[in-house]
Amino acid sequence: MVLQSLKNCLWLSCVLRPPKACFWSTASGGLIIQSVSNDVYQNLAVEDWIHDHMDLEQQQVLFLWRNSPAVVIGRHQNPWQECNLRLLRQKNIKLARRRSGGGTVYHDLGNINLTFFTTRKKYERMENLKLVVKALKALRPQLDVHVTDRYDILLDRQYKISGTAAKLGRTSAYHHCTLLCNADKFVLSSVLKSPYKGLKSNATPSVPALVKNLFEEDPSLTSEMLLDAIAKEYAVQHQIDQHITLINPADETLLPGISNRTKELQTWEWVYGKTPKFSVSTCLNMAYKDSVLDVKVNMDVKHGRIEVCNIDLPEQWLPPGLYSELVKSLIGSKFCPNETTTLVTTLLRVCPQDDELHSRWSLLCENMIRLM
Amino acid sequence: VCIHRVRSCSSIRFIKSKYVCVFDKSALKFSHQQRLFRTSAVSCGQIVQFKLSDIGEGITEVTVKEWYIKEGDSVSQFDSICEVQSDKASVTITSRYDGIIRKLHYSIDDIAFVGKPLVDIEIDTSKGVAPEEDVVETPPMSHEEHTHQEIKGHKTLATPAVRRLAMENNIKLSEVVGTGKDNRILKEDILNYLAKQTGAILPPSPKAEMVPALGKTETVPAAPKDKARKIPVPVSRPIVFSGKDKTEPVTGFQKAMVKTMSAALKIPHFGYSDEVDLTQLVQLREELKPLAEIRGVKLSFMPFFIKAASLGLLQYPILNASLDENCQNVTYKASHNIGVAMDTEQGLIVPNVKNVQVCSVFDIAVELNRLQSLGSAGQLGTSDLTGGTFTLSNIGTIGGTYAKPVILPPEVAIGALGKIQVLPRFNSKGEVFKAQIMNVSWSADHRIIDGATMARFSNLWKSYLENPASMLLDLK
Repeated sequence: MVLQSLKNCLWLSCVLRPPKACFWSTASGGLIIQSVSNDVYQNLAVEDWIHDHMDLEQQQVLFLWRNSPAVVIGRHQNPWQECNLRLLRQKNIKLARRRSGGGTVYHDLGNINLTFFTTRKKYERMENLKLVVKALKALRPQLDVHVTDRYDILLDRQYKISGTAAKLGRTSAYHHCTLLCNADKFVLSSVLKSPYKGLKSNATPSVPALVKNLFEEDPSLTSEMLLDAIAKEYAVQHQIDQHITLINPADETLLPGISNRTKELQTWEWVYGKTPKFSVSTCLNMAYKDSVLDVKVNMDVKHGRIEVCNIDLPEQWLPPGLYSELVKSLIGSKFCPNETTTLVTTLLRVCPQDDELHSRWSLLCENMIRLM
Repeated sequence: VCIHRVRSCSSIRFIKSKYVCVFDKSALKFSHQQRLFRTSAVSCGQIVQFKLSDIGEGITEVTVKEWYIKEGDSVSQFDSICEVQSDKASVTITSRYDGIIRKLHYSIDDIAFVGKPLVDIEIDTSKGVAPEEDVVETPPMSHEEHTHQEIKGHKTLATPAVRRLAMENNIKLSEVVGTGKDNRILKEDILNYLAKQTGAILPPSPKAEMVPALGKTETVPAAPKDKARKIPVPVSRPIVFSGKDKTEPVTGFQKAMVKTMSAALKIPHFGYSDEVDLTQLVQLREELKPLAEIRGVKLSFMPFFIKAASLGLLQYPILNASLDENCQNVTYKASHNIGVAMDTEQGLIVPNVKNVQVCSVFDIAVELNRLQSLGSAGQLGTSDLTGGTFTLSNIGTIGGTYAKPVILPPEVAIGALGKIQVLPRFNSKGEVFKAQIMNVSWSADHRIIDGATMARFSNLWKSYLENPASMLLDLK
């Protein structure tokens, strides 16, 4: 452990300044690191940190990580469009927005993530994926895996086992991809199906695909084996030792500023607020006293907050004063069930204490909240 | 030609720098239009078209996804300008120049082309090289490279604003440790360096902590050194505080608070406070805690407080009532839905335990556990948050003794519980003993509740808690 932290310190002093004599002088261009954390926000923060702080001229980096159940959406995506947020909340599955583009993926410990850090000039996704395929074939020669021109890796020509995304900055870039070893496909398909109707937006849509776990093809495979195989191939191609350095994403001395980055990735403003402008246009079917009311709702949401809100209620169904109070409160507020619940329950405190009114109000608000 | 331009500008530059101290940039722009600078051969605001550079992999077009700046903003070199996306890759485009954004060539979701102009930037070419030459040994250089310096073969990155700060304080940039991107020297680094030199007290900056080990250890020996050096009061260097006021709209939780509290203001409150000796209750809870744990429930004091309140309300139902808007009718609520104030990340929420009048202490504990976990996950439903008839606020878990709670309409009473303190008290024999004392502060609507009622309710509630066995007699 002491040796490990010493090595980490050396690594730190090496990467913060353009090294003249680097302690990793054996590295003719490569470093393999693996995260000890399964927290998706911490791991994404490590990616950010390396992207911003490491000098990748001298050495490229391969970062290996796995997460406990989480859904990760691309930088410019709409979480309402991409996944079942209600189910995520119920099952306590985290939602994260990464800084790279691309589509939505489900992570759990049966999925491994690989990030290839290079300088902007050396950014080469195809090469990286070919490396992965080579590693897989070296491990199990009978595997039918290949890279498509959409940068997916397919198993048996039809099942997607890996998806790709990338982030380019001024001087550095990274390409990361997933690899399905033994993920829970049932949860995957249920969380990645959005129940929200009537959404219109220019956010990057995901392209759904049939997936399969490598484990299903060959039950002797484990995540650890795959990680090792890929690390081995990377080491060979970069002419370095096949040594994996463990990294703790909570280590502020090793990665100064990392906890702020982690916090930022967890803020509502980042996860939901960065959603490109979208509109919701749908119809609430409210069952009320032996009849069903069709109530048209139109909302515009920008930066995750409601900008415009129209609810087409039957006349006098709610006292007009109350209706306008509701709309006024919703505008500017987060498109979020928790926030809306607080608002509507509070409004109830200051309106006439009438059972009929209360039940109508609750009905309408419950339905509105279900849209979020 | 380049050098000539700089020279003819330099005298004008001197005048301009005085203005920079007094006026803001917009005033500077204005003075541009005045005759002062027209006579020189140089136009000090040159519009440059910043083209979208090559993304790699043969990509020719991208989609603009987000602008980080707008027209009129000033940017420094390396500041992020926008985010574009191409085929699963998100690219941050950074500025190559310092200057002011004059035109955005694309809107969000437009397709942008590599090699075509992305933004127009007006470059302030008069931010020339001259001042930096006074401070650091640098050879004269071309305009493009004016933010880079070659000092003893080591490149130092710093924006002109930072370099001016260094110059004004006679600091050699080569001696400053840069903590920004690519070891760029930031303003905080200059301030840090300054602080070490003069011992001046500067507002703590988060970056200061990040300066590697040498920063921290140096501050200790620096102090005695300074004492020996300095005798008079330090020269009044202007303390640079770069904090700015931040204005945000009031939304969501805060808006809800505004609404509730504005309505509460209409209620004429009166307060009544007392202290409760919880010595026996503390003991009882210690005994019952493990039993509850076996059943998978965390048992705090709240279930006891809540149940005792409900028993009290049975005797004084007016405290569980509601006054209508016109103060014409009082509605005595049958259910005791006792609200519990909860402090969450977002703010204050008050879920309530329904029908406490028919719940056991254990039932209440179970329900509290459920509400607490939903509350911290931000998943409370509307039914949990509506229908409350009476509220208890356990502010004592955070601290405090006496409080002045505000009634939550449409209720008519509320109690705030302070922290439990161990205090000396006299028993019936006149001996001092250790007592567990908690203060309670009630507020009630004086339109329908009088002091005597509140006092009697409080005494009853207090007696149940001071002697928990008496609760058994009246438990329903």
